[in-house]
Amino acid sequence: MVDRNTVITAELGRATDREQALAVEGVSVRLGGREVLHDVRFSIRAGEFVGLIGSNGAGKTTLLRVILGLQKPAAGQVRIGGEGGGRRDRAVGYVPQKIELDPDMPLRARDLVGLGLDGNRFGIPLPSRARRAMVDEMLHAVGAADFADARVGTLSGGEQQRVMIAHALISKPRLLLMDEPLANLDIRSEQEIVSLLARISKERGIAVLISAHEINPLLPVMDRVVYMAAGRAASGTTDEVVRPDVLTRLYGHHVDVIHLHGRVLVVAGRGEEPAIGPRDDTHVLHTDQDVPDPDVTEEQR
Amino acid sequence: MSAVLQAVFAPGFFTSAPVRVALLVGGMAALVSGVAGTFAVVRGQSYAGHALADISVTGGSASYLAGVSPLWGFAAVGVAAAAAMDLIGVQRRRGRDLATGIVRGAGLGLAALFLYWGTTSTSTTGATVTILFGSIFTISASTAGAAALLGAVALAIVAVLYRPLLLSSASPELAFARGIPVRITGALCLVAVALAVSLSALTIGAILSTALLVGPAAAALRLTSRPGLAVLWSAVIGLAATWLGVLLAYDSYYWPPAHQGWPVSFFVVALVLVFYLLAQFAVTRPAGDRPGRARSLAAGHDGAGA
Repeated sequence: MVDRNTVITAELGRATDREQALAVEGVSVRLGGREVLHDVRFSIRAGEFVGLIGSNGAGKTTLLRVILGLQKPAAGQVRIGGEGGGRRDRAVGYVPQKIELDPDMPLRARDLVGLGLDGNRFGIPLPSRARRAMVDEMLHAVGAADFADARVGTLSGGEQQRVMIAHALISKPRLLLMDEPLANLDIRSEQEIVSLLARISKERGIAVLISAHEINPLLPVMDRVVYMAAGRAASGTTDEVVRPDVLTRLYGHHVDVIHLHGRVLVVAGRGEEPAIGPRDDTHVLHTDQDVPDPDVTEEQR
Repeated sequence: MSAVLQAVFAPGFFTSAPVRVALLVGGMAALVSGVAGTFAVVRGQSYAGHALADISVTGGSASYLAGVSPLWGFAAVGVAAAAAMDLIGVQRRRGRDLATGIVRGAGLGLAALFLYWGTTSTSTTGATVTILFGSIFTISASTAGAAALLGAVALAIVAVLYRPLLLSSASPELAFARGIPVRITGALCLVAVALAVSLSALTIGAILSTALLVGPAAAALRLTSRPGLAVLWSAVIGLAATWLGVLLAYDSYYWPPAHQGWPVSFFVVALVLVFYLLAQFAVTRPAGDRPGRARSLAAGHDGAGA
């Protein structure tokens, strides 16, 4: 037990030394007189995998737009790679939500990945061995080599998501943002994409921030969570954030957190029954495997 | 051997100046239509291209009244209509069809008026036939030069914007995330399409120019999954249809019923259709495409859209 704690402390120590990839500092956004984001603050270091959790309308997409520099905050600022402003499109890889690709579009998976490298440049690309090698390496890294020459529009949702990740990562960003990459995926593809992202963020030292409205698929691999409700955010490890007291404060009404076989259920509770409070429930149901521990999951892989 | 050549190329084909101009201008029109048409088709702007062709009739008929080459009218009105469509909202799906329909209706109304004036002032329907069905064998040298210039401009637009255009055609969201100005890119693409249409209108006629814009591109999409090759195939198919069409029209001088030569436009459009059907049915799907899957997904896609 002592050894384990020492290891964890060492991990934390190293983590704080690592380069800060993203800092969101007290960001507020007003759209049409309504406050869509209120004093959102958190930071992500290189190699960290962070889930941005919240239901529809919680402000996830607005927050991603602020990070990308597409939406100006009314207050606060966003710093990427320790600097403010600058060319965001280079430092940040971004995969928007709900991308529809036409099966009749003559564009292979490898073409789309190549466009991630130089799609914003003018002129016709000349065939180059270096470019091809980079594209091949990226396709391998995301497990898309098998369907590299198929039209992207004909691929399954999970396959397309791999190609999107390669498209976003080939320009070597320090931060990868993905908006709802797990939406419309079957359970198996969902797990595959999550573990792929976790592996890539560790191997390449890339900070990954993905939005999702379901927390459970991300639990085994998430280093930290940014939990959003009604424009407010709470961030920290899942143990720190996914608790009845924290989420009740965030939602502004009583919320229960139920742990079940390593998964969590966040449900609206009845505030007038504090005697059998949620804290006790969680203790009863709390088992060792409820605690998402990045180190353990690393070893398992 | 020479007998075969004589049978294929009727006497005087290679020495005729109108034929040389027809091959040059027709070739340019086919090339530009093939290249710009590929993007028009993959961007779902076939209808916009068709409407640009209709609207260019307005310009063609106006320049006939003004006594200048119809090419200038086709090009000027086509580019203006492209800009108008962009302003009204061609980049949104529903807005696109509405914008196209509104601009197209207004243009055709004006065209009807101009053609009526043209017909009453000369007491012939010459202008109407020339504008609607083309005049590839009666293009003047100065018009040919202008056609080459406009074609070069259209090709340059597509060549320079090739990659941003490809990415924003595949997914405007991804292109936007890459920092590509999606709207300007789309507007310039529409200008290239308008120029392609005006060249085709000059050669095979305003109402038939859509065939040269959409047909070769549609065939090319069946032949390859590579974007560059698709553009190339489209251009080659368009060129083949146009040059063969010119040849057949020249040869048809000796055919029944009147020994006057059949219209080029008929041959070009018929050949485009033949090439499309060949690509559709005679060619197996390209390697790397998974046929069963592609088809079932495509079917699902169509079903969802219907």
